[in-house]
Amino acid sequence: MTDTRVPQQTENIGPPSGRIASTVSHVITDIGRNGIFLALLAVVVLFTITTEGILLRPQNVSNLIVQNGYILILAIGMVMIIVAGHIDLSVGSVAAFVGAVSGVLIRSGFEWWVAILLSLLVGALVGAWQGFWVAYVGIPAFIVTLAGMLIFRGLALVVLGNANIGSFPVEYRALGNGFLTDVLGAYVVDPFTMSVGALAVALLVIQQVRTRRGRQKYAQEVEPIVWFVGKLALLAAGILLFAYALASFKGIPITLIVLAVLVLIYGIVTNRSVFGRHIYAIGGNRHAAELSGIKTRQVDFFLFVNMGVLAALAGLVFTARLNLAGPKAGDGFELEAISAAFIGGAAVQGGVGTVGGAIIGGLIIGVLNNGMSIMGIGIEWQQAVKGLVLLLAVAFDVFNKRRSGR
Amino acid sequence: MADNILEMRSITKTFPGVKALSDVSLQVAAGEIHAICGENGAGKSTLMKVLSGVYPFGSYEGDIVFEGATVQFRDIRDSEAEGVVIIHQELALSPHLSIAENIFLNNEQRGVLGLIDWNRTNTEAGRLLARVGLRENPTTKIMHLGVGKQQLVEIAKALSKRVKLLILDEPTAALNDEDSDHLLDLIVGLKSEGITSIIISHKLNEIKKIADSVTVIRDGRTIETISRTEVTEDRIIKDMVGRDLEHRYPDHTPHIGEEILRVENWTAHHPQDGARVVVDNVNLSVRAGEIVGIAGLMGAGRTEFAMSLFGRSYGSRISGRVFKSGKEIRTRTVAEAISHGLAYATEDRKVYGLNLIEDIKRNVSMAALDKLVSAGLVNDNEEFKVANEYRKDMNIKSPTVLARTGKLSGGNQQKVVLSKWIFSDPDVLILDEPTRGIDVGAKYEIYTIINRLAAAGKAVIVISSELPELLGICDRIYALSEGRITGELPVEEADPESLIKLMTMETPR
Repeated sequence: MTDTRVPQQTENIGPPSGRIASTVSHVITDIGRNGIFLALLAVVVLFTITTEGILLRPQNVSNLIVQNGYILILAIGMVMIIVAGHIDLSVGSVAAFVGAVSGVLIRSGFEWWVAILLSLLVGALVGAWQGFWVAYVGIPAFIVTLAGMLIFRGLALVVLGNANIGSFPVEYRALGNGFLTDVLGAYVVDPFTMSVGALAVALLVIQQVRTRRGRQKYAQEVEPIVWFVGKLALLAAGILLFAYALASFKGIPITLIVLAVLVLIYGIVTNRSVFGRHIYAIGGNRHAAELSGIKTRQVDFFLFVNMGVLAALAGLVFTARLNLAGPKAGDGFELEAISAAFIGGAAVQGGVGTVGGAIIGGLIIGVLNNGMSIMGIGIEWQQAVKGLVLLLAVAFDVFNKRRSGR
Repeated sequence: MADNILEMRSITKTFPGVKALSDVSLQVAAGEIHAICGENGAGKSTLMKVLSGVYPFGSYEGDIVFEGATVQFRDIRDSEAEGVVIIHQELALSPHLSIAENIFLNNEQRGVLGLIDWNRTNTEAGRLLARVGLRENPTTKIMHLGVGKQQLVEIAKALSKRVKLLILDEPTAALNDEDSDHLLDLIVGLKSEGITSIIISHKLNEIKKIADSVTVIRDGRTIETISRTEVTEDRIIKDMVGRDLEHRYPDHTPHIGEEILRVENWTAHHPQDGARVVVDNVNLSVRAGEIVGIAGLMGAGRTEFAMSLFGRSYGSRISGRVFKSGKEIRTRTVAEAISHGLAYATEDRKVYGLNLIEDIKRNVSMAALDKLVSAGLVNDNEEFKVANEYRKDMNIKSPTVLARTGKLSGGNQQKVVLSKWIFSDPDVLILDEPTRGIDVGAKYEIYTIINRLAAAGKAVIVISSELPELLGICDRIYALSEGRITGELPVEEADPESLIKLMTMETPR
């Protein structure tokens, strides 16, 4: 975590050896900063070996996404809550509650899309309820959401009347089980999926080049061109391989589309919007934020509303996947989402954390789950290993900060 | 005077970069009440912390001789074992525990099996309370007592440790007159029991009333020790302020324009204790291009005034009117205050001013992020550019604006705070202790920035504990005492003596 980078003025005037040295040093700091990404790669490699390649089979790659979609959705909201210095223990219960509500709505004859919209609205109301207590009454989020965990689990049971609700319409179920495929005709490797992959790569390149140009225009330091191109090429290759895996199976999961849209939106919100910046300012120093005119209560409130909506969405995806709204749904989701945020580099004290990090953290947990299941490791050991990984990830973070003298 | 209970010889204490005490000597005779005076930051509290072992032996130079023997206290337990007990300004009582429990905290009265003997604890506590004249049940919880009574509990606690030398750091600062009188009588009473006291106080009338001798400290040095017969307020003030106004301040030729800010009848109460008036009917005005100082001792209500004005960030039951260029404005939230062109740079940068885990760039933009938004999104290139301009303009010593503010020196942190507020484009800047904890060179730079702001037609209010600073940079100075404005002087008519008199003036309630 080095912050003071040496300006790369040698790029144009320095001798070639200096250029190489500066590129190398840049690559090293960059890798240090993206350690979590490397950790994901390491976990993937490890389980590819131990599962003799099953982990990366097209069907399994596709499963990884749909099995973890709801955790990743929760992780996005959770990391924002954690950055602001709060926590939300209720998301699993809220997901179950909203899943149950949607089941009742469907059963009473609502159109699938009406049921989904109403369910999201219920999520927003739940978030507003919790946000009210946290932001305006000043009760610690830990307590409010611990209460919420019990309240909404209870309400889920009430709504279900202690029974499962099953058989949802196919459009609803698509949220968790559906695939977008064969749009351009049916082949062994779906051309549509590959086109979307190529489009994603194109957009990524355009965005990266524009950012780089913008920074150059303002005479800001940019990465050495070799590393810039190299990194983009690696990322593009990764995306295309991923697309190939999906295209060889059933195409693009609807869950992935939902997730991609969310990551895009929330990436921009946290990085580039005033609201997002205020979250970091509040988490970094609440007093200073208040005295700088930031409406801290309002920000806190909307963070919980947002979490409520995302928890509702996660509940819908989960219900759709199982084609069942049950009383045990969402059990332990909160812990996986919180783990994802912390493994992804969020700080317990607040002020630090990114949506991208939380997603990668969630994927690490997902790969651990999936890999260990394939290996036939029992649920008891899976739990223990996940706990250990969380502990080590945060310990690593603490150690890193101490070393950088904070 | 041969019978000194305490001699501190040539005490020197340095903190990284700062010499807090330099060759300080102190002699306290057995059985006397010895007062220590000095301005805020003169080194009084540091000296007492050295004496009581808060700063352990080895972290300072010089000798401490107590009852004729050299002592080396490693911590407070050591000093208390010898009978030296310090009562800090912020009382160290646990609010949810009873009086008796607090008195015997970490000194529990044990009975069989090492368990606490509650009967003895409460009986002993009752006896001690009688000695300090506090009529309360020993089982009453501390939180139900007023500050005056809590102070007495602290003294009872000291007595339980068989105190020989009692040190009181500004014991009456938070007390009303009645409680103060009772406390001072008690200290005189303890003297007749043979207990020596050292009392740190700003209140010169109190010192005159009870002290047998007075030692004045200034800038970490002993100035002199005055015996009871020679004590006059004027002499103490002269010693406290000194004659050397050799600190350099940049030239400042005021171009004063129209009135920008006027505050009328501003009153604020303590946030928890709504009956306690902290800011009392303050009236004040500032004009364009003017630098106005607010002088006052700690606890006079300077920061409380500024923060209550700035979006009600402090206090309860706030009343009064604010006018901006003749028009009444509301400043009920910080956002509202900022939108009316007010800015407040806090006295405590680290707690209230900066996001220490973020870089310079994001701190500079924090109060006016809206200015950087285009098409709904923050333009971070523009943000970088702006921050970089301030970095150069304010001479923030950092190679890049991507450096974390937590790693900067005090002076550079303060420049970041000032940049943040200047970027919000205010008309009125309230700077609370703008040079606290900053080295001399950086102070000069901060003064230059303040002058530039005034020259640009801003109204600047400077709150400071350092009188030479106020006299060096302000055009006009208000004195604040116990929440009230006790005087207003153009800088030509002001000098340290007249200001200290106003700052220590007791106002009838």
